[in-house]
Amino acid sequence: MGANDMRASTRDSSEAVIVALGLTRRFGNVTAVDHLDLRVRRAEVYGFLGPNGCGKSTTIRMLCGLLTASEGSVRVLGHQLPVDAEAVKRRIGYMTQKFSLYEDLSVAENLEFLAAVYGLVGRNATARIAELFEQYHLGELRRQLAGTLSGGQKQRLALAGAVMHKPELLLLDEPTSAVDPQSRRDFWESLFKLADAGTTLLVSTHYMDEAERCHRLAILDRGRLVADGSPTELMADLPGMTLRVDSDQPRRLQEALAAEPHVLGVAQIGASLRVLTDRKDDGVAWLRDALKNVGVTADVEPTEPNLEDVFVAVTRGRKEDGQ
Amino acid sequence: MSAGRLFAVFRKELRQLSRDKLTFGMIIGIPTLQLLLFGFAINLDIRHLPAAVLDESNTWRSRELVAELASSQVLDFRQHVSSPQQIDNLLRSGDIGAAVVIPRDFEARLERGTEAAWQVMVNGSDQSVQAAARQLASFPLSSLQYRPGIAAVRPVEIVNFYNPERRAQINTVPGLIGVILTMTMTIFTGMAIVRERERGNMEMLIATPLSPLELTLGKVLPYVGIGLIQVTLILILGLLVFDVPVRGSLVDVYLAALVYIAATLSLGIFISTLAKTQFQAMQMAFFLFLPQILLSGFMFPYDGMPRFAQWIAEIFPLTHFLRLIRAVMLRGAGLGELWIELVTLIVFVMVMLAIAVRRFRKSLD
Ligand SMILES: Nc1ncnc2c1ncn2[C@@H]1O[C@H](COP(=O)(O)OP(=O)(O)OP(=O)(O)O)[C@@H](O)[C@H]1O
Ligand SMILES: [Mg+2]
Repeated sequence: MGANDMRASTRDSSEAVIVALGLTRRFGNVTAVDHLDLRVRRAEVYGFLGPNGCGKSTTIRMLCGLLTASEGSVRVLGHQLPVDAEAVKRRIGYMTQKFSLYEDLSVAENLEFLAAVYGLVGRNATARIAELFEQYHLGELRRQLAGTLSGGQKQRLALAGAVMHKPELLLLDEPTSAVDPQSRRDFWESLFKLADAGTTLLVSTHYMDEAERCHRLAILDRGRLVADGSPTELMADLPGMTLRVDSDQPRRLQEALAAEPHVLGVAQIGASLRVLTDRKDDGVAWLRDALKNVGVTADVEPTEPNLEDVFVAVTRGRKEDGQ
Repeated sequence: MSAGRLFAVFRKELRQLSRDKLTFGMIIGIPTLQLLLFGFAINLDIRHLPAAVLDESNTWRSRELVAELASSQVLDFRQHVSSPQQIDNLLRSGDIGAAVVIPRDFEARLERGTEAAWQVMVNGSDQSVQAAARQLASFPLSSLQYRPGIAAVRPVEIVNFYNPERRAQINTVPGLIGVILTMTMTIFTGMAIVRERERGNMEMLIATPLSPLELTLGKVLPYVGIGLIQVTLILILGLLVFDVPVRGSLVDVYLAALVYIAATLSLGIFISTLAKTQFQAMQMAFFLFLPQILLSGFMFPYDGMPRFAQWIAEIFPLTHFLRLIRAVMLRGAGLGELWIELVTLIVFVMVMLAIAVRRFRKSLD
């Protein structure tokens, strides 16, 4: 964690690769993305965290120049979108949420096609493809049809295709949704290798553990940016507090606390409860009072917040605004 | 526009095609099946239609007319009747499909030349019988020819002149080249382009430097080759099975086919900009295919159609191609004599492509 922070701070001074201001996209009367402000710096891994339908894919598509914004402005790699969309497309890689290479072509044929599309010919193409086979462990699968690959193999192929032309900016839309935990870790190793080599990455995800690995991340909820910063910043700025409660009646206590105002979430972890409250500093005292009212004796200790707490706190807060 | 990217798409499409057994089968299967079907089963020219004759004139000239009509083999005179009432009954009962009536003043009418001298009555409820009668009415009958203008019919139809045995296949096989290309090319290209969108490949393609033109051309180019293979297949089968000759130059046949392939492909491309799914693309292709097959002159003679239908037919590329290919294959004409048809087809291609390019936007909006 500390190493990541150090790297992130040296990046602060470097230029912004993506700058979006007031980015908005409507489909009919649905506002999929609502006045989003974003700044992604060079060579960082920037995460997009949010539930289904919060507008992650729509935002990424606008950043690639695939969709035009209804409102707002976007600059990607110094190019204004959508006017300079074609220039942007040469310099970015995009990995779609759904597998979008050809299922009826083999692994090698898919990569040959992409190499040619990106203007790699002859020996250059062969060399680059061999390199990608090596990097993403695709060599043995080269003759297999892409449609018959496993989920994890497909993701590797899609990543290899997206980095064919060594893009400066790589946008990945939920790249690990169909992948087992080990493959997910390996996949993230590949992403960090790319970042170390100077590639900027924007990754959308549902997974907290993945979000936690990002240098910085944005939390989206119903099209809006509800929080952004590095994971440590976000956890430090948690608008509330996380408490550990040990008692001999955890189930009863959980029900009682869930009904309590100021409680954003209660989760049972083993024999103890993890309580998220929106009380900032007086959380411990407040909860002890609350427990007295319920009539249960329990130990209350403050505990380290995690990203999930941040996520629940910022999205719950907005739900109550809305109601 | 980059040749490398165009070729990349072309090669990819060929590879996909070679794995798509169904499409591959259709490429060979459709022409073969259609040719045999149309060639053997559908005989648009009628022969030996049971008929009756009512000869009230009963002169040597009227008898000569009847003999000549009989020798055309279109009508098979089974009955000589003596009153119009009998003809009515026979037609109604279905015993005959047509009747020839020669009035008492047949010779006088021929002299005057102002009104029809004789009549063919047909069972009009049968389209093909009607067509046969119309053909018969335009048949050059030497017994009537001593006075010009009398027969009050159009000049000889080319089909009969170049097809003395009145064999349907002679006319049908060249027409089939057009029909089969219309069907397969339009459907295949329409579906091939829509497939990229339906399967989600388009989202990946749009994010690359590939231009719409490179994508479209690269995708349809393999079909040009496939179209030419189909033309060759029909020509060979036509020659071997039905003895249909190529009287003009083979180069002209292929040039005309090439221009027509371009027309059908451009129609397919246009469809692909409208359709959201492969199924829709197929429906639209069929929707455009039906009127073409009916109005182009493939099924029914162009000259026999009402003016309004003829105007519509002029819009269809198949109409123009049929004129081209029949002229070259059956009459030995050169393409130079038919430049108007060629130019019309080329204009059609350009208009379709212009519309398609305007509609095809490189985004997901
Ligand atoms: N082409 C479209 N037409 C209409 N509505 C759309 C379209 N694309 C997206 N939407 C709507 O916009 C909203 C955001 O969709 P989006 O795909 O961006 O969500 P997401 O965050 O990527 O979700 P997921 O995690 O499920 O992929 C949704 O309500 C969706 O229904
Ligand atoms: Mg999505």
